[in-house]
Amino acid sequence: MSWRYLVRRILLLLLVMWTAATINFFIPKLSPRDPIKERLQLAATQGGRNQTGLQAMADAYAHQYGLDQPLWKQYLHALLKVVQFDYGYSISQYPRTVNSVIGDALPWTICLGLVSILIAFVVGTVLGALLGWPRSPGWLRALVPVSMLTSAVPAFVLGFLLIYLFAFRLKAFPLAGAYSQTANPGWSLSFAGDVLDHAFLPAMALVLFQMGGQALQMRGLMVMTVGEDYITFADAKGLRPRRVFLRYAVRNALLPQVTGLVMSLGTFIFSTVLVETLFAYPGLGGLINSAIQVLDFNLLYGITMILVFAVCIATLAVDLIYPLLDPRIRYDRR
Amino acid sequence: MVTPATTSMTMPGRQAWTGRAGSFLRYVRRNPLLAVGGIIFLALVLFSTAGSLFVDTVKAPYPLAAPASLAPSWDYPFGTDAQGRDMLAVMIVGTRLSLKIGLLAGSIGLAVGIVLGLISAFYGGWIDSAIRWIVDVMFTIPSFLVMVVIASLLQQYISIENMAFILAAFAWPGPTRGIRAQVLSLRERQFIQMARLSGMRGPEIIIRELLPNLAPFLLAGFVGALIGAVYGALGLELLGLGSQREPTLGMTFFWMQKYSALLRNLWWWWGIPIAIIILLILSLYFISFALDEWANPRSRRSA
Repeated sequence: MSWRYLVRRILLLLLVMWTAATINFFIPKLSPRDPIKERLQLAATQGGRNQTGLQAMADAYAHQYGLDQPLWKQYLHALLKVVQFDYGYSISQYPRTVNSVIGDALPWTICLGLVSILIAFVVGTVLGALLGWPRSPGWLRALVPVSMLTSAVPAFVLGFLLIYLFAFRLKAFPLAGAYSQTANPGWSLSFAGDVLDHAFLPAMALVLFQMGGQALQMRGLMVMTVGEDYITFADAKGLRPRRVFLRYAVRNALLPQVTGLVMSLGTFIFSTVLVETLFAYPGLGGLINSAIQVLDFNLLYGITMILVFAVCIATLAVDLIYPLLDPRIRYDRR
Repeated sequence: MVTPATTSMTMPGRQAWTGRAGSFLRYVRRNPLLAVGGIIFLALVLFSTAGSLFVDTVKAPYPLAAPASLAPSWDYPFGTDAQGRDMLAVMIVGTRLSLKIGLLAGSIGLAVGIVLGLISAFYGGWIDSAIRWIVDVMFTIPSFLVMVVIASLLQQYISIENMAFILAAFAWPGPTRGIRAQVLSLRERQFIQMARLSGMRGPEIIIRELLPNLAPFLLAGFVGALIGAVYGALGLELLGLGSQREPTLGMTFFWMQKYSALLRNLWWWWGIPIAIIILLILSLYFISFALDEWANPRSRRSA
């Protein structure tokens, strides 16, 4: 791997972060809505107080959030905050910082999301490999239309149907949330069981949705690989079919599959957010939903930047590991 | 078997277009997936256009048009929701609006993609590098989150058109990348060289030689952008970020969630929109699956 490539990739990462930060900074400026004023007005109407001090209060908040500074200073300040991973205070949960609010929600999303993406990847890849292998049994082919179906139906629709069937009709799983309201959060076996019980349906929706796509993609890659000459040669040499399948076909077809996984991270985050909303799961999805309701754009901004950063790092990591896995790929000539 | 790509390669000018159409029709006949997807999609289009002749589109799809929470009956074949919308009218207008958002965003995305892809491939040099960098950056940003930020800040001001523009702003990088790669490979082929030698000018080559050969990719790219936009709109609306007044498919999903149609056992309120969403996305998905194979003969071996 050349240094030039590494530098290029890190520059690209910085450019992505800068673009996202810039879009996030300027969009609120273009918006006709003023979240602070809206919140104060809401508080005033709900509290029934007279509204004489509102402007002064809004000014005080604006000063605290640095909104009375000239635009270029605010912009530089915002970029500095991004570099420092500091997104200030949440508007809706005021004394708390954005980082601490996100910190509470992140573990739920990471567990739900990572576990489902890994299960979907492993099961989907194995399934796809078998589907693309000419000597696998015929009944497996029936799974091709099934995986097309589950990968085409959006995860939130799958989630809703699962809720209807398993939570509402059969009452086998809870309807919503991450744990029962009566449960006692802590490191106990019963609580862990409760959490798993609650995570099953949302995870199922994400796995079904993601798995179908993975299987179809792996099947396509397998079909391409099986057509290569070295497979025919390995067969002709009289190697055992299992060895040809695992060492020659699957191993080579697997590599583009890994890139596919990273490319699908964006859509996966999208699905996770919607599924969490559907299940009232206390992760980032639920947080985004409540941030939208009260227009807490500091929080929205923080979540966006953290997820953008996560996707960037994942992409970079896979691109750097890739040539180690596949010696055919070299980044030197560019 | 001779692939369409090689037969049309020798056809100059207008014949290339008819050759394309012929190969396309032949392909449809051999590919049931495309036919099934096409029929479902056309049925939905027909339902949402011709259907508006039978319902009052000015009043019926909005609240208080009918008694609330009625199960399907002769008067209201799809039932009514808890706010008294006639679900048949909601579905007819909603399907049309959701399709409109998708078509608008998809076309804008594809148009920008064609222009940027052509510029990038033809001029090369620093323009090409710049466009490639921008596309790479746009690919890495999880666009959905940025759209959430934009849409939530516009909330009350969102119309169907605004929604389409927000989605279009993130719909062009895919087509740009695809078209650039295709043009780069087509540019070096012999029929383009021949056209150049025979004295055709740049724009003429683009219109008469390049675009007919790009047609499969453009069509596949368009359906891809359409799926992305329909899907993105559904997601934003699910979070309540659509037009609060218009009864699009996603907003119907949002309202039925918000007023817990499931727990109140109003199955028609959630069942019918979900059925239509599944049919719409599935049909588009089938079409795009088949078109990808048509545009990309190498992957046809897997068919």
